[in-house]
Amino acid sequence: MTAPLMQHHILEYPGGYTRSVGPAVGRYLSGLRDGHIVGVTGSDGRVLVPPTGYDPVTAATLEDYVPVGPAGTVTAFTWVNQPRPGKHHLTHPFAFALVRPDGSDTAMLHVVDAGSPDAMSIGMRVAPRWAPARRGYVTDLEAWVPLADGETPVPAPPNTNEDVSTEPVTGIVTPISLAYDINAGVAASKYLRALSEKRIVGQRAKGSDDVYVPPRGTDPTTGAPTEIEVEVGQVGTVTTYCVVNIPGLSENSPEIPYVCAQILLDGAHTAWFGLVQGLPADEVRMGVRVRAVWADDPGPDARSIKWFEPTGEPDAPYDDYKAYA
Amino acid sequence: MSALRTAVIGVGQTRHVVARHDVSIAGLVREAAEEALVDANMDWADIDAVVIGKAPDMFEGVVMPELYLADALGAVGKPMLRVHTAGSVGGSTAIVAAKLVMAGIHERVLTVAFEKQSESNATWGLTVEMPFSSPLVAGAGGYFAPLIRAYIRRSGAPTHIGHLVAVKDRLNALHNPKAHLHLPDIDLATVAESFLLWEPLRYLDVCPSSDGAMALVIGSEQVAKNATGPVAWIHGTAMRSEPTMFAGRDQVNPLAGRKCAADVYAQAGIKDPRKDFDCAEVYVPFSWYEPMWLENLGFCAEGDGWKLTEQGATAMDGDIPWNPSGGVLSSNPIGASGMIRFGEAAQQVRGRAGDYQVPLHTGLALGHAYGGGSQFFSMWVVGASQPQ
Amino acid sequence: MGSGIREVAVVGFAQLTALEDREHNEVELIIPAVQGALADAGMERHEIGFTISGSCDYLSGGPFTFVSGLDAAGAWPPVKESHVEMDAAWALYEAWVAIQTGDVDSALIYGFGKSSLGDLHEIMGLQADPYVVAPLWPSMVDMAALQASAFLAATDYTESDLCAIAARSRRAAVDNPYAVRVEDATAQELLARPVTHTPLRDSDIAPITDGSAAIIIATREIADARCERPAYIRGIDHRVDAQGLGLRDLATSASTKLAAQGAGVSNGPVDVAEIHAQFSHEELILKEALGLDDAVVVNPSGGPLGANPVMATGLIRIGEVAARIRSGSANRGVAHASQGPCLQQNLVCVLEGDQ
Repeated sequence: MTAPLMQHHILEYPGGYTRSVGPAVGRYLSGLRDGHIVGVTGSDGRVLVPPTGYDPVTAATLEDYVPVGPAGTVTAFTWVNQPRPGKHHLTHPFAFALVRPDGSDTAMLHVVDAGSPDAMSIGMRVAPRWAPARRGYVTDLEAWVPLADGETPVPAPPNTNEDVSTEPVTGIVTPISLAYDINAGVAASKYLRALSEKRIVGQRAKGSDDVYVPPRGTDPTTGAPTEIEVEVGQVGTVTTYCVVNIPGLSENSPEIPYVCAQILLDGAHTAWFGLVQGLPADEVRMGVRVRAVWADDPGPDARSIKWFEPTGEPDAPYDDYKAYA
Repeated sequence: MSALRTAVIGVGQTRHVVARHDVSIAGLVREAAEEALVDANMDWADIDAVVIGKAPDMFEGVVMPELYLADALGAVGKPMLRVHTAGSVGGSTAIVAAKLVMAGIHERVLTVAFEKQSESNATWGLTVEMPFSSPLVAGAGGYFAPLIRAYIRRSGAPTHIGHLVAVKDRLNALHNPKAHLHLPDIDLATVAESFLLWEPLRYLDVCPSSDGAMALVIGSEQVAKNATGPVAWIHGTAMRSEPTMFAGRDQVNPLAGRKCAADVYAQAGIKDPRKDFDCAEVYVPFSWYEPMWLENLGFCAEGDGWKLTEQGATAMDGDIPWNPSGGVLSSNPIGASGMIRFGEAAQQVRGRAGDYQVPLHTGLALGHAYGGGSQFFSMWVVGASQPQ
Repeated sequence: MGSGIREVAVVGFAQLTALEDREHNEVELIIPAVQGALADAGMERHEIGFTISGSCDYLSGGPFTFVSGLDAAGAWPPVKESHVEMDAAWALYEAWVAIQTGDVDSALIYGFGKSSLGDLHEIMGLQADPYVVAPLWPSMVDMAALQASAFLAATDYTESDLCAIAARSRRAAVDNPYAVRVEDATAQELLARPVTHTPLRDSDIAPITDGSAAIIIATREIADARCERPAYIRGIDHRVDAQGLGLRDLATSASTKLAAQGAGVSNGPVDVAEIHAQFSHEELILKEALGLDDAVVVNPSGGPLGANPVMATGLIRIGEVAARIRSGSANRGVAHASQGPCLQQNLVCVLEGDQ
């Protein structure tokens, strides 16, 4: 059998998520920017770090902020041999650790830059190493570092970030980019491979005449697999459409205005979403007959059909397609 | 056996705005939840379970954010559920919460639905470009506009009907201080002249993108009887789904919506929804969906929905006001929008709708939500009186 | 929370797993599970009262995966249907509640996920607080390893105890056709292998698995007519902890303990337990929280260390216990499901056959 169709896929909101942080997280991040660690007193008197806005036991709003640290104690750790570029802010091996700052009753998840896993132990004393340029982000505390007996933590150096405000932090931007390798599946692979041969091949389930194009693997009315392939026509009827006047976010989005239509191909029983070009947007109409226009180099991809253009045939009568609109 | 009697005891919601820069996601949901608790005269400790709903996690870039929200919502040590049924999720979430009480499992359930769309961008979140597909449809409007065109063709509706709804719902919103859009100068001309997005939909025919949250406290019969304020009795709940695309599917007037309505009406004893309800809060994210859902929900014969809109039947002073709160067209934190419909219906029958209160005759109101490709439906009927 | 008013039993179960399924998409993964569970229950699609699924959009890299998932469920004419963005064990809970209201008498529950498409461990790290934890990018394995570290420090257990669990799970998995990682190795052999995420080894970490599972539950009236020995749900409960790892005692699972009490685990002898432990140390924490003694057979299927189709793994625990009750090899068993960083949220289901 032929190799499965796979495509790389990046899920990423362009520019990163714009997060407003609210008072508690804002207080914490403002503290980190200014070179100190802030906790909050919970309903039971415990000091919680980072400050939760809400008591984990009673759900009451918490606002009694208290300074903690600067030194702390490691209560758990795990070593990261291979930092992930673009994700971890340290580029050399480090530890994720739970660190309980002095004066706090809870530990916070952060990183310890200890050089080697052999330097890590539960109960070890650590101190913050502050980033020289701080912006009100969790990595302003660049890392915790081992603190030898008798050593005192080094205070945060003056912030070299001249653009930063001294007002309380209200928001952060967090980039999130996730990589996937998506496989098309059996049904879609057959269909996509046919496209690369300039054929449109739908599928139907045993015992049903309903031909699905593009096929998604089942007849969704029964959940039965669509194992029987049926080649359909490359000409069809626009059952309905809209004229799109707002640009898509993707670089592949067509130029506006464009017509996006539901097209019922001859021999198919479900409408296909496609572009209609070759006639002015204001002359597109329900019932107009169109044919597929192929890309010069069709491949196993939905983009192999660039768009649909009018065939010049008379429009289909409404009664012929109204059940599909 | 049959479900136990259940009521909405408390309702809370945020002011819906384009971006709530002053709160975290937790702060946003808390605001609605605290207001609902105050309304119900309850504290966090009184709550037995928490049910959370929202639309895709990619909007905020947090995987299953209810986990991070557990302590903010007072769920620690309690059962917590997270519902996701696309656009209908706000309604479905309320129904899941109600069922926990109807089944006799809990006495008091807090349910919250939210979306903080300003963390990303709704058009991006709804139409993430996936491998093997072509990037055709920009935003939800690109999907629904062709269905609206099909409705217009089918019904012969004049083209200004959508604009009538766009104006009516925005004028209603002027009386709702929590609504996102307050457009005092809106009229047919401003809608008709607004930017054409997805023809036939113009900018003002389309819902906004909002940050917001809605919360309800749902209680048992005993809790309802001990409540200090008015409650909204739940007279029926229903959900129906059908696949996105199949041969012969009526996408304009989906059977799942009709079946769902028939089910909830049967439970609540509704024979003629236009007469039997005092008002309806219906998920209308694009103006034309008012006439379309008027037909789907049986408020008139098929093909006549636009006539009700045109006659003003659905206006505040009409015989069956739709979306007195201003509806989705005035506030749309997607994951919460369905629960806002359910909650606003409850506020009406409680007599708590403030400046957009409708007169109560039957004391019954409909809450409605839909999602996906018009394929997921959730509805409830609430009433001022206890069901017989 | 108790046992409910209506007696409800598991009457059908099917699962499907693969280490890395490059052939099928999610819909195609679901079809055999749904069809298999229906066949196992001897029921037709149209006889099912309620349909519900559990899945996670982030596993497939785009929104609304569950919408296309419905294409595998045969949702026509329109069905009463819902979805949770949770492990499908919680979908089963919602289905059980729906039956308790009297609205429906049976339900189809399915869970599915393809963990192999993206970096599962990185994705699940994004369950963490989005402001002060997630931007540091700890993976779910990093967070689990922190719990293991705290757990070993707080107890007398050692890494060799973790290896013993891994070895037993891998051996048990040999007999499970759905396990994707099997091995007949001793604890000593595993202990000799490198630590990958201190204090965890690869053998302590559930394998990446693609898969799906489906279960049919029904009232006694239906169950007794369709099924020789239905596995009755005697109790089901679920609880959540605060998320912050520093806010919890990581050596225990308070939410599991509460759920176990609610489900009535201690109301009778337990023959078998299927525990949703994606990491070796979690089994020790959970066994303690569930109140199970050493006589209980734990994870005879090999558990999640043998196969971990995320979003279905918890549901499979219920299916595995039910299957043993239905076959007569056990009379009363406990199924446990978990999700969230370091066992944040836990569900416990007690199943029993008629005496």
